[in-house]
Amino acid sequence: MVPPDTAQAGVSEEAPGGVGAPAVPPVSGRGWRVAAFARDRAAFIAAVVLLLVAGAALLAPLLSPYDPAAADNLLRYAPPGTAGHLLGTDAQGRDMLSRLLWGGRVSLVVGVVPVALASAAGLALGLLAGTAGGWADQVTMRLLDVLFAFPMVLLAIAIAGVLRPGVWTEVVSITVVLIPYVGRLARTATLSVASMPFIEAARAAGATRTALLLRYVTPGVLPPLLVYATTLVGLMIVVGSGLSFLGLGVQPPASDWGAMVSEGRVVLRRAPHATVLPGLVIVAVSLAFSFLGDGLRDALDPRSRRR
Amino acid sequence: MPELLELRDVSKSYPARRGRGRGLRAVAGASFTLAAGETLGLLGESGCGKSTLARLALRLIEPDGGTVRVAGQDFTGASAAATRRLRRRVQIVFQDALSSLNPRMSVGVNVAEPMRLQGIGSEKERRSAALELLDLVGLRPEHADRYPHEFSGGQAQRVAIARALILRPDVIVFDEAVSALDVSIRAQILRLILDLQQRFGLAYLFISHDLGVVKRISDRIAVMYLGRIVELGAAAEIYRAPLHPYTEALLAAIPVPDPRRMRVRQLGVVEGEAASPLDAAAGCAFRARCPHRMAVCDQATPELLPVLGRHDVACFLHTAPPPPERKAA
Repeated sequence: MVPPDTAQAGVSEEAPGGVGAPAVPPVSGRGWRVAAFARDRAAFIAAVVLLLVAGAALLAPLLSPYDPAAADNLLRYAPPGTAGHLLGTDAQGRDMLSRLLWGGRVSLVVGVVPVALASAAGLALGLLAGTAGGWADQVTMRLLDVLFAFPMVLLAIAIAGVLRPGVWTEVVSITVVLIPYVGRLARTATLSVASMPFIEAARAAGATRTALLLRYVTPGVLPPLLVYATTLVGLMIVVGSGLSFLGLGVQPPASDWGAMVSEGRVVLRRAPHATVLPGLVIVAVSLAFSFLGDGLRDALDPRSRRR
Repeated sequence: MPELLELRDVSKSYPARRGRGRGLRAVAGASFTLAAGETLGLLGESGCGKSTLARLALRLIEPDGGTVRVAGQDFTGASAAATRRLRRRVQIVFQDALSSLNPRMSVGVNVAEPMRLQGIGSEKERRSAALELLDLVGLRPEHADRYPHEFSGGQAQRVAIARALILRPDVIVFDEAVSALDVSIRAQILRLILDLQQRFGLAYLFISHDLGVVKRISDRIAVMYLGRIVELGAAAEIYRAPLHPYTEALLAAIPVPDPRRMRVRQLGVVEGEAASPLDAAAGCAFRARCPHRMAVCDQATPELLPVLGRHDVACFLHTAPPPPERKAA
């Protein structure tokens, strides 16, 4: 009963351009995601930079030429390039390179771990609030609003203040402070994805709640969350330093990058490298995370697939 | 043999926001049936409740009252598991095909997705079923690995049709499925739809505001006005001799290809805006625009009743008005 020309009619529909155009050999399977990421030069460089920085921090005990706490009062404010001290020394004559390497361990943990934890918690809360609706949504969001009411750093100080000072105190307090920010973004993203027609189509096909949430909503919520989270890392490195400065985080003589900036600040004219070097490292790492986030988002989006 | 799809007295209202206005009656007491291999055209202007009715039939929204039955089984009160199973028999093609496809899945995965969601077949079987259906709707196998944004509107609609077919349903609801397409592509898609119906013996609920399309494709037609079905009957019969003044006006408003034969007078039957669906007062919903308005039209709401030797209509011109004391009866 079916006219034999149906298939032909379909293909000739929009011959010029569009999908019918001669195809470059299709990238097989999921390979295009890796390819898209590698092609994004900024993201690729960012990833390499971050791997190097993280590797250096991890290997600090092996790489650092001096004990980061060993002071040499005869060699204070040595500029970069001084024999034996590649990046110079600080106000107490401690080796800058060693301090940067060791400080990176603290700064990276404080920047990355709370953001990762808060993203996971915020994603869960946002998905819950966005899909459940009704009172569950109201209760969740009002609780987050309460956290929102406090200034970010003040709340972190309050939380860190009741715990014993240390790196993990910083991590906990920053995580708690970040949850409302991430949660709110996740909820908004959830609502916008949940209202898409393809969600209704999936329901009509018999999708269960779990399938809708995990297979349809979450993949749409992740990319904006990823971009937001990666921009937070640099900021949290600085917030963590603030906590250390107040004596709530790492204790001297241990230090992180932010604390190095603030220690060097008083001698900015006499020994600019004491401030500028850790500052540059923070900027570079923050930027790298940001580019990494954009690159990952693009790699997750089929619309960026090039053919 | 039981009807494949049966809606009885289905209603849906959307409550008003607190302190603002009255609720909206999107669908009021709608009933119709759909038999195997048949096409029922659902005709009406924008905002008359056509799409709400489609969503009620698919149980994408819950009705306030009335029942939906699929192949004789109760769909409205069905358990989650039973609902999921019954969904296999009734599928839908949306107007905006492109956004009804998941942008993060390739087209092949999109088409196979209903099988996955229903837990049917292995990955391999789903893939080959999807390829088979893409071929059936006139797409090439290599299209399966592309993503929805790479497709044109007509192609996306073919993909959506393939997806609707993959569960081997008995009924497909087309919600304005060809309204957004260019005229030439619309003709191709319509032909595809008709071919598929003949091949698989599908029943269609075809929703459109396009009189020409509905006339071409439908066996029977239901005309909706402000949430109510006001006329229901064989397509040829309704187009030849409509009973309801609204249907009459709709048909008179079809543009004539020859402008010299077009009479302005014919277009002017329905004056003014449609009464608001927010207005829940008693009386015929169409009376404000009706050229045949009578006293009884303000007092009672006409029900959809069969007219002797003709088809069903909800209009006091053709059906007897109810006795004054209805509640006592």
